[in-house]
Amino acid sequence: MFAYLFRRLLYALPILLGVNIITFALFFVVNTPDDMARMQLGTKRVTPEAIERWKADRGYDKPLFFNESASGAQALTDTVFFDKSIRMFAFDFGRAEDGRDIAREIRMRMGPSLAIAIPTFILGLVASVSFALMLVFFRATPLDFWGVVICVAMMSISSLFYIIGGQWLISKVWHLVPISGYDGGLDAPRFLILPVLLGVISGIGSSTRWYRTIFLEEISRDYVRTARAKGLSERVVLFRHVLKNAMIPILTGVVVVIPMLFMGSLIIESFFGIPGLGSYTIDAIQSQDFAVVRAMVFIGSVLYIIGLMATDVSYTFVDPRVRLQ
Amino acid sequence: MIEHGFDPVLLWTDALFFMLLLAFAAGLTHAWRSPPLRVQWQKVTRRATGMSSIVILSAFLLIAVLDSLHFRAALPPAEGATDVVYSTEVSSVLDLVLARQRAEAERTYSAPLATHAYVKETVELPDGTQTRSYPRLKYGGEYLDDTDAHHTGDILAKLLDGIGYGAMISAAALVIVGWGVGGPGKLLRGQTRNAWRAAWVTLSVLAFAGGVLFSLAQGYHVFGTDKVGQDVLMLTLKSVRTAIMIGTLTTLVTMPLAIALGILAGYFGGWVDDVIQYIYTVLNSIPGVLLIAAAVLMMQVFIELHPEWFSTAAERSDARLLALCIILGMTSWTGLCRLLRGETLKLRELEYVQAARAFGVPTVKVLMRHILPNLMHIVLIAMVMDFSGLVLAEAVLSYVGIGVDPNMASFGTMINAARMELARDPMVWWSLAAAFVFMFVLVLAANLLADVVRDAFDPRG
Repeated sequence: MFAYLFRRLLYALPILLGVNIITFALFFVVNTPDDMARMQLGTKRVTPEAIERWKADRGYDKPLFFNESASGAQALTDTVFFDKSIRMFAFDFGRAEDGRDIAREIRMRMGPSLAIAIPTFILGLVASVSFALMLVFFRATPLDFWGVVICVAMMSISSLFYIIGGQWLISKVWHLVPISGYDGGLDAPRFLILPVLLGVISGIGSSTRWYRTIFLEEISRDYVRTARAKGLSERVVLFRHVLKNAMIPILTGVVVVIPMLFMGSLIIESFFGIPGLGSYTIDAIQSQDFAVVRAMVFIGSVLYIIGLMATDVSYTFVDPRVRLQ
Repeated sequence: MIEHGFDPVLLWTDALFFMLLLAFAAGLTHAWRSPPLRVQWQKVTRRATGMSSIVILSAFLLIAVLDSLHFRAALPPAEGATDVVYSTEVSSVLDLVLARQRAEAERTYSAPLATHAYVKETVELPDGTQTRSYPRLKYGGEYLDDTDAHHTGDILAKLLDGIGYGAMISAAALVIVGWGVGGPGKLLRGQTRNAWRAAWVTLSVLAFAGGVLFSLAQGYHVFGTDKVGQDVLMLTLKSVRTAIMIGTLTTLVTMPLAIALGILAGYFGGWVDDVIQYIYTVLNSIPGVLLIAAAVLMMQVFIELHPEWFSTAAERSDARLLALCIILGMTSWTGLCRLLRGETLKLRELEYVQAARAFGVPTVKVLMRHILPNLMHIVLIAMVMDFSGLVLAEAVLSYVGIGVDPNMASFGTMINAARMELARDPMVWWSLAAAFVFMFVLVLAANLLADVVRDAFDPRG
């Protein structure tokens, strides 16, 4: 299995390199560093010296890909591409516009992000799998029908409305929890409960429907018919057999998401003023802080690739037939 | 507004949208002529949910079409001048319909159907003294002499008018459609092959709602006004075009890429497959929002640094909308491409394709005649299923500030503005509610249609 994972890791490198080249092209070739400097400094009253200074401060004054004035390996390493892109492989993200170290900022903000994302993820999974099982248990009854109708209706509401509505009803009208903010330690749950709840509710419609389809597909298999023919109760069939065998498709969709939890939820964090990675990204987008956005894109893809590998590994746990070679 | 003439303007998104509509119409005609396709489409039209959602989506589409017919109105000719001067402002036919709502902007917030502003202001009384009270609106119910006594009565009268309009349209539809399907009685009893009764009921509901809105809009701001006094009903209707554009134009980018690359990868295999797989794995492994954010940021910089390319504000925001569609399309073709690749792999091995190849039929012909038509159901299902997701995505992206131009009416910009309004005391809830209702109905109809289409076209289902 380790040989397999090692090979997958090697395979991941060209993908990460591809990601790197795409982001680099987006950030440096579509608009030159000069354009960025002009944007950051404001388009009016910009002197060429100010632009040069801005670029020199941030290391954008080097050639993009190939440094003709340098010799040997330096011709390749003393470039913007090496500084801003290749260094990311060593998790060296450089500094944000406000001068702060991005890597340090990310380490600090990971905690609050995870504090929201993990409970949201687990509760959401449990809730939607149980609802889906319930709908399948009562399939072809009015309960199933209306359950699906409610799911479709819930899917059709923008997540923005769940958040706005929840914040308004629970915090503003009922005064149950603070409207936004974050605090570490024992005080944290007070701030976390509402974002987590809204995160779960906003995702429940589509995921319940998705799990229901998976279960329904599984239930039409032969082994289920055999189990029923043996005289097993519907409950045993559902929970012992169907749930277990539906694990592979469920894992395929779910495990990939786990590493992405570090990235936090963009919208929820910014609405609730939680100092996590999601709100960090949104702030960076809004203040056009390219270095931070670039770092987040890179981390996002690293996590995605880890997620794909974790999916494969998780198969071996739920299905003994799967062997990784 | 156009009494002095007008100059038609074709924005990029308009042109592409009309092209898409034409292609859609051609597709429908083709489906109508080919018996097997017609049978499949009839599976959609026989279901009540299918028909109802088609009616609702057509209504939204109509609004989008009206809002896509752009022109620049001619200014009133100056004394002695002979050449016509056109306004720099680009308007649409929908703007003509909503001319009243556009012109009658208040100064600030007012509640739905209100005659007085929502915020207290210092008002000068006729005798010269000043007092703090809610000032009369400039346009909302301006013709009422005594608002306390006549306000409710006037609204009721307008409501009745609106219901009358609705009833007229509904009855006309019953007669016309009923005449086409073998008599209104047959339609009402639901004895038609296609679900015409559901279509008629939905149309009637829309007609009543539309009639009431229209009638009330003649004297009031039906959904109130926003911070700068703009009519919220107008903003909501203008947002419909943005939502539909994002939902449809994106597929223009997605489909060719996904179809071409998916078929190539599946059919040829080998290094072609490796390269295409590599491309979509790379694109897939970048979190979608971030990739979109990065691309939109770059484009924003580009547009701001090249103002000379865009002569009017409308062109500028149109360029941004188009760019957003392209970016969304570039990031969302990967899933469909993978599906098509898998399906092509299967089709390639089927006997009739093998036979065609053995007979020496050119590859292009095999692809066009045997592979592509057998993939179309997947493409169609993906197209309708993606629509609602894209409409929702637009709202979130615009909220984050990487969506459409902030000056362009869209559900995202409306929600973004409304967020500040919720914090006010007393709360301003109407723009949020209006955006919610319109968006919900649009996305729900799209989701329901997607379900019905999938059931009808998915051979496994």
